[in-house]
Amino acid sequence: MSTTEPQSTRSVPKPVFTDAEAGALEFPSSTSRSYNYYTPAKRRATIYEDVTVDVQPDPARHLSQGWLYGFSDGVGGYPENWTALKSSNWHAFLDPNEEWEQTIYRNNANIVRQVSQTVANAKAAGSFLSENVSWLGVVEKHISAMAHAEHGIGMYVYTACQRDAPTNMINNAIAVAAAHKLRFAQDIILHNLEVSEQVAGFDGSAHKAVWQSGGEWEAVRKNVEEITGTRDWAEAYFATTMVFEPLVGELFRSHFVMQVAALNGDYVTPVVVGAGEADVSRDRAAARRLFRLLVDDPEHGAANRATLEGWLEKWVPASVKAGRGLQPIWSQVPDKMITFEESRSRAVTCFTGLLDELGLNYAKEL
Amino acid sequence: MSRASITKAHQKIQELSWEPTFVSPVEKFSTDYTFEKAKKKDPLKQILRSYFPMEEEKDNRVFGAMDGAIRGNMFRQVQQRWMEWQKLFLSIIPFPEISAARAMPLVINTVPNPEVHNGLAIQMIDEVRHSTIQMNLKRLYMNHYIDPAGFDITTKAFQNNYAGTIGRQFGEGFITGDAVTAANVYLTIVAETAFTNVLFVAMPGEAAANGDYLLPTVFHSVQSDESRHISNGYSIILMALSDERNRELLERDLRYAWWNNHAVVDAAIGTFIEYGTKDRRKDRDSYAEMWRRWIYDDYYRSYLVPLEKYGLVIPHDLVEESWNRIWNKGYIHEVAQFFATGWAANYWRIDGMDDADFEWFEHKYPGWYDKYGKWWERYADLSKKNGHGPIMFEGDKAEYQYPHRCWTCMVPCLIREDMVVDEVDGQVRTYCSETCHWTDAVAFRPEYNGRPTPSMGKLTGKREWESLYHGWDYADVIKDLGYVRDDGRTLVPQPHLNLDPKKMWTLDECKGHTMQSPNVLLNQMSPEEREKHVAHYKAGGPAGRPAPQEASA
Ligand SMILES: [Fe+2]
Ligand SMILES: [Fe+2]
Repeated sequence: MSTTEPQSTRSVPKPVFTDAEAGALEFPSSTSRSYNYYTPAKRRATIYEDVTVDVQPDPARHLSQGWLYGFSDGVGGYPENWTALKSSNWHAFLDPNEEWEQTIYRNNANIVRQVSQTVANAKAAGSFLSENVSWLGVVEKHISAMAHAEHGIGMYVYTACQRDAPTNMINNAIAVAAAHKLRFAQDIILHNLEVSEQVAGFDGSAHKAVWQSGGEWEAVRKNVEEITGTRDWAEAYFATTMVFEPLVGELFRSHFVMQVAALNGDYVTPVVVGAGEADVSRDRAAARRLFRLLVDDPEHGAANRATLEGWLEKWVPASVKAGRGLQPIWSQVPDKMITFEESRSRAVTCFTGLLDELGLNYAKEL
Repeated sequence: MSRASITKAHQKIQELSWEPTFVSPVEKFSTDYTFEKAKKKDPLKQILRSYFPMEEEKDNRVFGAMDGAIRGNMFRQVQQRWMEWQKLFLSIIPFPEISAARAMPLVINTVPNPEVHNGLAIQMIDEVRHSTIQMNLKRLYMNHYIDPAGFDITTKAFQNNYAGTIGRQFGEGFITGDAVTAANVYLTIVAETAFTNVLFVAMPGEAAANGDYLLPTVFHSVQSDESRHISNGYSIILMALSDERNRELLERDLRYAWWNNHAVVDAAIGTFIEYGTKDRRKDRDSYAEMWRRWIYDDYYRSYLVPLEKYGLVIPHDLVEESWNRIWNKGYIHEVAQFFATGWAANYWRIDGMDDADFEWFEHKYPGWYDKYGKWWERYADLSKKNGHGPIMFEGDKAEYQYPHRCWTCMVPCLIREDMVVDEVDGQVRTYCSETCHWTDAVAFRPEYNGRPTPSMGKLTGKREWESLYHGWDYADVIKDLGYVRDDGRTLVPQPHLNLDPKKMWTLDECKGHTMQSPNVLLNQMSPEEREKHVAHYKAGGPAGRPAPQEASA
C-alpha cells in the first residue's frame, strides 16, 4: 500500500468557482426549498419541526422495509404497545417549547450562569453565614434530600422513557426534561457542597440518611421508586408530570421553599430552586399538550381518559401520602410564613386544575 | 471550572444515587451479559454545570460559521459532485445520532454503575444535539445550494430507499436486541470508537477540499463530544471483562459489530470520499490510506489489541479481511459502481468519472482502470438520454450483472466470489461474506455455542429492497418512492450533473423496464437451477462483469 505522507508536504486544494448557489439556474424543483414530506402545524415550518419531524422512522408513515432489528421476540423499533394509551396520530404532538439543540444549550447555560453568579455574590458577601441556623438545617437535610428525587426522575424515569415513545417529537421532549432534572439535581447538591465549605457545622452528607432511611422522605422515595418501576412510558410520564410534580415536587419547592427561603436570609436557594421550577412548568407544558391530544383523540379519547383515570387511582394516593409525609418540615423553620395546609391547598388547586384541563375525574379525597 | 473543582464537584454528584429499597427500576431491556461480579470502572468526570456552557460555546461557533458561509457565498465554490452525496449522507446520519440517544437507557438499565449512568445521560443530550444540528445543516444546504431536490424529501427518502436502509440498520443496531451488544459493543466500542474517525474526521476533510467548510465545522463540533462517549463505553467493557462468563459474548459481539460497521460505514463513507470528490491531487490521501491510519493503526492496534491483556480474543482475522476487501477486492469501487448502476432509484445525482478521476484512481489503486475504467466510460455514454434506458437495464452494454443483496449488511454481494447462499428461516438468502452469513445464521439466535442467549436480537424486516417492487414498471417504482421533481415528470436522481431541463431524465425514459428482485427469482429456482446460477454468479466480477456462460467458480 502507499503509506501516509507526512502532513507537512500535503498541498492545499485550490478554490474553484462553481456557481452552485441557489438561484443560479432554473430547472424543475430549483425552488423546492422546504422539507416536503410532512405538513407543518402553521403555514411555514419552524426550525424545530424541520429538525425533529420524521427523524425517527415509522412504518405507518414512510418506512417501507419495516424495522431491521428486533428484540428477541422479533419486535423492533418503537412499538406502540409500550403504552396502554392509543392515538390515531402520534405525530400530531409537537413540543410547545420547540426544544432542539440550540434552545437546550442556550437555556441551560443561562441557568448555569445565573446560579454561578448568585453563588459567587453570596460567597463574596458572606451571606451563607447570615442565614438562619434552623433554615440551614432545612437546606442541609431536606432541600438536599429532594435532589435525590429530582435525580431519580431525571435518570430512571425521563432518560428511560425517551427510548420508548412512538415519535421523535415525544422522545426529544422527554429527553430535554431529563436534562433539566439531572442539571437541577446537580445544582442542588453542588449548592450543598458550597454551603458546606462556607459554613462550619453544615453536614454536607446528612441528606443521604434523610433520604434513604425513613422519616419525612420515605413516602416520597417510595413514590419515585415506584415510578421508576413502571414499564409503560406514558404512565411513568403521567405519574411524574401530572401527579407527582404538583402534589409532591411543587408542594415542597414552590409552596414551601420559594415562600420561606428569602425570609430566612437565603437568596441563593430560591435561585437554584426557581430555575428547577421554571423547567418543571416548561416541561409540563409539553406533557399537558401530549395528554390533551390523547384525551381529545377522535378514536381513542374515551379509552384514553379511562386509562388515565385508572392511573390516577393508582398514583394519586401515593403522591398524596408522599406530600403529607413532608409536613413536619414546615415546622422546622422559625419564620413560619406559610402553614402546611396552605401550601397543600395551593398544590391541590394546581393539581385539580390540571385534571379539569384534561377532563379527568378523581373521585377520592385529596 | 478548574480541574480541582471539577473533581470535587464530580465526587459530590455521586451522592445523588441511592440503592432503592421499595422498587428497582423496571427491567425494560435485557442482556445475557452479567455484571454481578463486575468491579466498577469510572468514566471521564462529567458535570452538567460545566457541560452546558461548554457546548453552548461550541454551538456559537457553529452558528457563526453558518452565517459566515451564507454571507460569504460559500456555494459559489462548492462542488456539486460532492454536495449530491450529502443528500444521501445527511439523510442517514441524524437517525443513528438520535438512536444513540435512545440507546442510553439500554445500558443504564442493565449496567449497575451510577457513575457511568451520569456519563451516559450526558451522552443522551449530546446525541439530541448531534441529530438536530445535522438536520439544521441539511436545511441550510437545501436553502442555499443550487439543487434542493433530494434535500427536500430527505427523511422520507431515507425511510424508503435501499441505500437509506443500509444506513438505517446502523442506528437500529444501537437500540434493539441484547442491551449490551447493541448500546455498548456495537454503538460505542466499535461505531463510536473506531468509525466516527472516518465519519467525522475524514469526511469533513474531503468536504473542505470540495469547497464546503460548513460540514467540517459541524462535524468537528460533533466529534469533540466523542471522547466522553468512548470513555463511557470503555468503562462498561472493562466491567464486562471482569466476569469470565461474558468473554464468549464479547467475542461474538466484537465480530458482529466490527464486520457490520466495516460493511456499512466503509461502503458509504468510502464512496463519498473516493467518488464524491473533485480533489484529485495525488498527495491527497485515499480512503484506503485514511482507513489504514485511523482504523487500523489508531483503533485496531492502539485500542483493540491492548484489550487482549484481559484475555479477550479480538477479531484479528476480520480486521485483516476488511483491509483485504478494501485494498485487494475493490470493496469501495464495487459499491460506488453499484450506487451508480441504480442511480434512478436514488434521491441524488451521480456525476460520472472523467480522465482526471481515472488518473487519480490508477495512481492510488494500481490496476483500477482495467477493472472499472471501461464501465465508467459506459456510464458516461449512457448518462445521455438517447433512446435507451437507465444503465441498470442496459446490462449487455454495461457488462454488468445486477447483484444479489446481502441479507445481513444489506450491501449487495459485490465481491462475487465471496457470496454465501444458505437456506435460513425457510428462505434462500444470500450473504456478501462468511461473516455476514454467520451473523444471521449463528450470532443473532437465542442460543450461542450451546448456551442460551435469550436476550439476543433478531434480523427482521423486508431486508431485500428489490422484493418490494418485484415485477413493477420502473417508472412506477420511482413514482411510488416519490423521487420526482415538481414538474411531475423529471426525476430527482440523474446520472450526470447537467441541470439543463432538456438533458434531465424523466419518468418517460424509465417506462417499459421491469424491476426484478434477485432474491425472489433465486427462491423460485429449482435446486439445480439455483446451484448453476450461484456458481455462475460467483465466477463473475470484478466490476460486476458476468462470467462467460459456461463458467463456474
Ligand atoms: Fe453522536
Ligand atoms: Fe454483508
